[in-house]
Amino acid sequence: MSTDTSKAAPDTTRIHNIGYRSYDGPRLGRAYARRSLFSQSLRGAYGLGRSAKSKVLPMLLFAVMCVPALIIVAVAVVTKQSKLSIEYTQYALFLQVVISIYLASQAPQSVSRDLRFRTVPLYFSRPIERVDYVLAKFGAMASALFVLTASPLLILWIGSMLAKMDFVEQSKMFGQGLVSVALLSLLFGGIGLVMAALTPRRGFGVAAVIAVFTISYGAVSTLMGIAYATENEGAIQWLGLFSPMTLIDGVQTAFLGAPTGFPDGGGPGAGVGVVYLLVVLALVAGSYGILMRRYRKVGL
Amino acid sequence: MIATESLSKRFPRVTALDRLSLDIGPGVTGLVGANGAGKSTMIKILLGLSPATEGHAEVLGLDVRTAGAQIRERVGYMPEHDCLPPDVSATEFVVHMARMSGLPATAARERTADTLRHVGLYEERYRPMGGYSTGMKQRVKLAQALVHDPKLVLLDEPTNGLDPVGRDEMLGLIRRVWTDFGISVLVTSHLLGELERTCDHVVVIDGGRLLRSSSTSDFTRITATLAVEVTDSDDHPDGTAALREALASAGVTIHAGVEDGLPGAGHILLMEAAGEETYDLVRDTVAGLGLGLVRMEQRRHHIAEVFKATDHEEVQAR
Repeated sequence: MSTDTSKAAPDTTRIHNIGYRSYDGPRLGRAYARRSLFSQSLRGAYGLGRSAKSKVLPMLLFAVMCVPALIIVAVAVVTKQSKLSIEYTQYALFLQVVISIYLASQAPQSVSRDLRFRTVPLYFSRPIERVDYVLAKFGAMASALFVLTASPLLILWIGSMLAKMDFVEQSKMFGQGLVSVALLSLLFGGIGLVMAALTPRRGFGVAAVIAVFTISYGAVSTLMGIAYATENEGAIQWLGLFSPMTLIDGVQTAFLGAPTGFPDGGGPGAGVGVVYLLVVLALVAGSYGILMRRYRKVGL
Repeated sequence: MIATESLSKRFPRVTALDRLSLDIGPGVTGLVGANGAGKSTMIKILLGLSPATEGHAEVLGLDVRTAGAQIRERVGYMPEHDCLPPDVSATEFVVHMARMSGLPATAARERTADTLRHVGLYEERYRPMGGYSTGMKQRVKLAQALVHDPKLVLLDEPTNGLDPVGRDEMLGLIRRVWTDFGISVLVTSHLLGELERTCDHVVVIDGGRLLRSSSTSDFTRITATLAVEVTDSDDHPDGTAALREALASAGVTIHAGVEDGLPGAGHILLMEAAGEETYDLVRDTVAGLGLGLVRMEQRRHHIAEVFKATDHEEVQAR
């Protein structure tokens, strides 16, 4: 085939004489198209299959996420500690800025381009449908975040095994950490995609995602601090409902045996924790709903 | 290929399609109408993406209401607007679109290479599409509509924004999609003129209603026009006028208007060719007058004129 091209390239009239070949092979349909879109979007979230330039930021942020875990593990192994110096569930909390930056850079990349360059109608003129598109993009974004947040936990767990810590205890905590970051990935991914899908302009998308995550966390932390200082401790556990990161914090404190980052050191109990969990699930479902609505308008 | 029966689409304020009944067979079909005539609405309904208010439509024998996904698997669509991300290459983009149509990865790559070559993109297909000319972009848009080897492609204004040369190339390419690839084409345009060379069949809609549907050869064959140019002689200082008189008295319908703006327009007589006998009559008359026959050729009527006439009749009928 390549010889055909090189031979015929200078003479355009001859190339067309190669003849058209029809396609009789399999057509794998809608589910396959959805899977392909999912894997293309997931790879794209790390710059794979894209230009070298677009690999830099996601790979760099991935490294930034993993390096502290490697250091902690190295110290633990060398000094033969019996316990890691950080809890699995706390890890994402400490590096939440990195996660926000990653989301802000990759969520618009995933959806704004299709909107801006009006590629979306090309998808919907194929077997794939709106629900497939939204599920694939949502799934890919959440999976990309899970890879980002779960990889350092895996490093920690492997390190704890190398340092010959208690297998059952470490594995249980590792599992709790995975559940926590899975929830975080769904929640952050959903919110990030909604923000990004509202505007075809990538820059606005980046700014909107950063703003929502940092402003809400900053505001909630400040209010919590004020509530703590004024000894209004009952308010603290409710304030946590208003930012994505403190929501995850609340859920894992209530159900996953994590120490809380709330200023009173208590965090929500099981009762309030149910409210936290419900809010998280409602936000994830809500993000999905908003995305579905959004794409109803940008069809053909 | 496509059959619609009293297909209507009403929006709260406008009626986009009004009881449209069509039967479109294999080949290249032009769908002509002014902007807002309902062409794009029609395509959306045919792809099963927008339900019709009433009526019935079938594409490739499948009901658009129930079998949208199967239709979209066997139909290609080229949108009117830009739809290409500038930072990826044509190859990457078309491969991805082939997979979205359900082609396995290897087949998607092979078909992409084939299709891009067929639409006339060679080395540049590895470069990001942001640097492409309008003509190249249109070719990529056509390629993504053909890559999964559909039975039918719907092309929405494929010549939009192209210069005359690019327009001719695109029209030639569209013609080949049917003649060489065997893929039926429905092509929309608001320009009648460019469709008469390309299409086997032309459907004209206006305000969502069917104005006319017939084959291109019908339009042009029935109304074949003969153009004749003669020299002047000493006996007849104005040869053209002499021939006009002689032919008129022999019963040939001479068109009053001459083709304005063409070189030698004043010396060309246009007449209706009823059949073989008109040619003989012209030859004998010219010889009888002792004039030199410079040319005698068939002029095809432009479809536009036919539709102008149709419009006119319609207006009168109202």
